Amino acid sequence: MRKRKTNILAGIDWVLVLLFLALITIGWMTIYAATIDDNSQGILDFSTFYGKQIIWIGLSFILILILIAIDSKFYERFAGIFYLISMLSLAGLFIFGNEVNGAKSWYNFGEFSLQPSEFAKTATILALASFLNGANRDLTQLKTQWNTILIMSIPAVLILLQPDAGSAVIYTTLIFVLYREGLPAFYLLIGLAIILLFLATLYFGFTTALIIIYSLISLFFFLLVNFKKIQLKREWFKIIAIYLVIGLMLFSVDYAFNHILEQHQRDRFNIVLGKTIDNRGIGYNTYQSMITIGSGGWTGKGYLEGDRTQGNFVPEQETDYIFSAIGEEWGFIGSSIVIILFVVFILRIIQLSERQKSKFSRIFGYSVATIFFFHFMVNIGMVIGILPTVGIPLPFFSYGGSSLWGFTMLLFIFIRLDADRTYEW
Amino acid sequence: MEKKHIAYISISLVGLLFIIRLFYIQIIAEKYQPSPLNNSAVAIKFDYPARGFIYDRNGVLLVANQPSYDVMIIPRDVTPLDTLEFCGLLKITKEQFIKRFEKAKNYSPRIPSVFLAQLSKSNYAYLQEKMHKFKGFYIQKRILREYPLKTAANVLGYIGEVSPAFMEKNPYYKQGELRGITGIENEYEEVLRGVRGVKFMQRNRFNKEIGPYQGGSKDTLATTGKDLTTTLDIELQLYGQKLMSNKRGGIIAIEPATGELLTVLSTPTYDPNELVGRERSKNYAKLKNDIDGKPMFDRGLQAQYPPGSPFKIVNALIGLQEGVVTEDTRFTCYHGYRYGSSPRAFMGCHCVSGTSNDLIRGVYASCNAYFCNVYKRVIEKYPSPVEGIEAWAKHVKSFGFGDYLHNDLYNGTPGTVPDAALYKRMYPNGGWRASTTISNAIGQGEILANPIQLANMTAAVANRGFYYTPHIVKAIDNQPIQIEKYTTPKRTTIDPKYFEPVIEGMFQTVENPGGTAYWSKVPGIEICGKTGTAENFTRVNGEKLQFQDHSVFIAFAPKEDPKIAIAVYIENGGYGSTYAGPIATLMIEKYLNGKTSRPNLEKRMIEASLQNQYDEQLLKTSLAKEKNKHISGN
Repeated sequence: MRKRKTNILAGIDWVLVLLFLALITIGWMTIYAATIDDNSQGILDFSTFYGKQIIWIGLSFILILILIAIDSKFYERFAGIFYLISMLSLAGLFIFGNEVNGAKSWYNFGEFSLQPSEFAKTATILALASFLNGANRDLTQLKTQWNTILIMSIPAVLILLQPDAGSAVIYTTLIFVLYREGLPAFYLLIGLAIILLFLATLYFGFTTALIIIYSLISLFFFLLVNFKKIQLKREWFKIIAIYLVIGLMLFSVDYAFNHILEQHQRDRFNIVLGKTIDNRGIGYNTYQSMITIGSGGWTGKGYLEGDRTQGNFVPEQETDYIFSAIGEEWGFIGSSIVIILFVVFILRIIQLSERQKSKFSRIFGYSVATIFFFHFMVNIGMVIGILPTVGIPLPFFSYGGSSLWGFTMLLFIFIRLDADRTYEW
Repeated sequence: MEKKHIAYISISLVGLLFIIRLFYIQIIAEKYQPSPLNNSAVAIKFDYPARGFIYDRNGVLLVANQPSYDVMIIPRDVTPLDTLEFCGLLKITKEQFIKRFEKAKNYSPRIPSVFLAQLSKSNYAYLQEKMHKFKGFYIQKRILREYPLKTAANVLGYIGEVSPAFMEKNPYYKQGELRGITGIENEYEEVLRGVRGVKFMQRNRFNKEIGPYQGGSKDTLATTGKDLTTTLDIELQLYGQKLMSNKRGGIIAIEPATGELLTVLSTPTYDPNELVGRERSKNYAKLKNDIDGKPMFDRGLQAQYPPGSPFKIVNALIGLQEGVVTEDTRFTCYHGYRYGSSPRAFMGCHCVSGTSNDLIRGVYASCNAYFCNVYKRVIEKYPSPVEGIEAWAKHVKSFGFGDYLHNDLYNGTPGTVPDAALYKRMYPNGGWRASTTISNAIGQGEILANPIQLANMTAAVANRGFYYTPHIVKAIDNQPIQIEKYTTPKRTTIDPKYFEPVIEGMFQTVENPGGTAYWSKVPGIEICGKTGTAENFTRVNGEKLQFQDHSVFIAFAPKEDPKIAIAVYIENGGYGSTYAGPIATLMIEKYLNGKTSRPNLEKRMIEASLQNQYDEQLLKTSLAKEKNKHISGN
């Protein structure tokens, strides 16, 4: 034990730490640019967003020290308890929660508020890694699959009920981790197929989408019979079933879109699919954000010189739309560098995960990478107008203590696990 | 492929996709890259160049500039202020403040617009010291017009603020900017205006300007407006204005060899300075509401009168050209001309009954019978009245009658040349012929012309068959204008050889003791003229009222190598020889000799007032209106 502890600092992946420091520094600078105004009293003015963010960052450093000091074994051993506490905290929101923007996602403690869904990610993937690390776990087996889905579904459903669809969707992306750990590709393909069918239905409408997809499948069977010389005579029952299932799926998508989704959610899809153009109403945020980014040009207008950022043209530019400030003030060069930083950061986590000897660490690492990637993709995709508006933060950039600590926990638990990678505990 | 490679590749691809998208938004797609004009962090400063000056043909300054001070507003920069104090300083009410603020905000929260225009100088000096207290407001110096000679308002025109409708069609203009509304100011707006310069200044988050935007690369320099030299001889114009005191009408003088307008006068007139500054709208309303004198109505260019006897010149020329008369053809006047069998079908004349007139005497004695005969022959030369009138109208139109002049004057009217179409409308059942339209022979009836058309016709006669389109601008920035339509002669349909006898007739009008303008003769100058006494009627609700005749005179001089062609038209002045003749010849004398030799006549003309005549007419008209109302009331 003693020997291991002395090696902690040596075992830490400083590349990842440096990437983290770079992201969090640029992130804070951007919050400063996005929220400074004429009445600012210096950077330690704690009534401002950037002043408060300094406190959150400071506290996150303390959190980092604690996370690093804790023994790796502890995380796996207590994963179940973390998960339980986390789920209780999510459930408690329905009683004690505070409603912000129509979602009961926050606990209020006087001046400060906490968003438990940000911590539920860590707890869930700890539990997932711990479960899959157990004996006789086999993702090709139905029992393991069911249990895994249950672990992921509980937080997802609780968060969906707040309702905070954006944060709930994150859990479905963990399917990629499961695929890495042996879940048959079939599930992944089904998942992708559902997404494609969903988009096709939205884009073409139910009837047209049905005709197109039936034609494609028919063509597929036709080619199968004629070129591969496969006999389908005995399979007619399955073939009919395929047609029926697809028809049913398209119908459910259509039904879900028109009857289950809220109008604002429908609008968001329609805008990205180009079916609605509305730069003043529902498309205002995205349009403003794109104009702001576009006005940056090659090199941007310079730090604190972004007039659209300074003029608060983009709503929520210190949280979900913070990337627009980077686009304006740092231009194409600067925003590309931030994107590259994120890509390198995520790739590094995957690379480190791959070198883990412990299955627990590997699953955890992959989950961390997946979560970061999902946030990165959905947030920036939204800000640059290629994905629908989903309110999730950009890690280390968006203002907010809960999300910052949530991401810090994910990252530094992994860094801590990675520091012990040589030990097969 | 290993699973981890799939992860590496898909993550990198998403990053790449984002970078491509950013490249599209930030570098390629211009719709996402706003220009400095709608960029909130850029202050826009306009640099207004001085508007060009306007001179007369001899370099006398007609229109100059004077500074004026506007309070400008940038609504989004306005911070809460002491409105009471501010309104007190500007001498406006709080309601006006709110209204103006809303208007400016609706126009644009960022682009400066005029909050209060044209402060007085003392007001400006006082306000300037307090201005720093009111964020979002500043004072901008602007150039207004000044007219040192207080004349020629009708041709020079005035400038005024652009209207929203105008801005929509002409996006160059911003709210509160000035443009030429009428006259030369309007026709030569772009020449006089120049181009305003724009400076873009980068502002920081405290709205302070921190330097040129993008290093000043988008800035433009102001181009100064160009000076105009008009064709006017302002001394002559002022002299005409003096002669026309208390008389309504128009004087147009043209240099026949160039078509340059020496005088474009309409009376009553007004001081152009009245339409400058804060009193503008008040004065404008006052001038517009004078519906009797109509000072803003340009009688020289817009009034469509029956031309009267001067039109006989055209008919004489048409007769010669059509070959229906020669200079020696004689017609006997029976103290008038009978054009039908009815006792009323008789046009009187002042000739002693039995006088035999040839062309020259016909002209200088202004014999109605002579021209009725000529006209009838012209029309009846053709197989049908339709063809006859068409042939006649074609000749008339070749003198510039019946159409706009298409020149650089803001005002104008086409007048009327009756043609077959007009008579077909007037007499749907047909039956019209030479005798029906006989009034055309003496410039009465359906034909209408404005004084500039008469002057232009005179110039065409002076040139023996052609004219240059009358125009008002001679040079731009001292460079003589080279505009083809002003330098190309317009030929009439009359052969030059036919002009000499007619001109001789015009010469005799002034020279011959039997000529109608003998009393206007000027020793030493060979003037060719023609008097006119135009009957005129007004219809008041169907009742035809006849008023005192208009006094008309056209002339050019000298007879050889003419330097000036002039038309004088005086409303209700009576005989052409009473006012128009003396005034026209005084003008000619003044222009050719620089001074006049008939002080008594000059004095008489200046002092003559037709105001009683006009008052009486106004009374008659209103009585007729009143009476009519009474009748219809019963």
